[in-house]
Amino acid sequence: MQTGTLTIAGRSYPSRLIVGTGKYPDFDVMRRAIEASGASMVTVAVRRVDLSRRGGESLLDYIDSARITLLPNTAGCFTAEEAVRTARLGREAGLSDLVKLEVIGDERTLFPDNEGLLLATRILVKEGFAVLPYTNDDLVVAKRLRDAGAAAVMPLAAPIGSGLGIQNPANLRILLEEIRDVPVIVDAGVGTASDAAIVMETGADGVLMNTGIAGADDPVKMARAMRLAVEAGRLAFEAGRIPKKLHARASSPLQGIVR
Amino acid sequence: MTIILNGEDREAAPDITVLALLESLGVAPGRVAVELNGDVLRRADFVRSTLRDGDRVEFVQFVGGG
Repeated sequence: MQTGTLTIAGRSYPSRLIVGTGKYPDFDVMRRAIEASGASMVTVAVRRVDLSRRGGESLLDYIDSARITLLPNTAGCFTAEEAVRTARLGREAGLSDLVKLEVIGDERTLFPDNEGLLLATRILVKEGFAVLPYTNDDLVVAKRLRDAGAAAVMPLAAPIGSGLGIQNPANLRILLEEIRDVPVIVDAGVGTASDAAIVMETGADGVLMNTGIAGADDPVKMARAMRLAVEAGRLAFEAGRIPKKLHARASSPLQGIVR
Repeated sequence: MTIILNGEDREAAPDITVLALLESLGVAPGRVAVELNGDVLRRADFVRSTLRDGDRVEFVQFVGGG
């Protein structure tokens, strides 16, 4: 049973699950977790080369670039200027126009800076980037990002790394109702498989997570769980759930009961 | 001459190219991005971009992230 593909900036990806590459105990566990997740896109961060370590192992040695698309992020950037600079470096390092745009406005919550995010989106779209902005679950901001030319909008479920699961399901439903022309990918806050399933059942086009997998006791097993949850949630969304009712409706015939 | 590489002062041979500097530091040029005085260099330009005293250079790469 196929659940359709995720299309971003005119390119289709078989999996609706995007996973991060941070916080794994080692590269081999990361490689196996990515494999188990079935993800066709993974996020990476852009950082200064550690010049005190000559010829160390590279993350890229553990990612099958023939099957998996790299999505460089601008994590750690607090201004539009920093984010644009990081995005440009990421493009040159990865030779791809995709960027997961983060402009953070608050250190403790890592909530996005809406103003900086919009500004950076406009600049990067003009430079030909396919911009995937990490944003609040705020419809007005999401619309502005879409109108600015973002290739997707990526509202949070809960704070980055919190594992709280979706905190404002009504906002996500509203957002999904209104944003129809670009994918809505829920980014951040997924803690376990049921969280991912709920996101997908709500109708999100995709989900992006890192800590929920990398921080689990067994990341490879959790990656598999997330894969199944995303597929199950999407199938349930496409299948169309029954309405919720307060009282019982018998499943068996009421006629012919032996009395 | 002195350049500022990844935020730190570093001695470099006069007119060294970006490619030669990468190689001298054991950094594989195929997997990095380089910024010179605020502008991103194309990989094809590493071999012909020469550095001058006081240049600000950034070597960056992909690491794990979410």
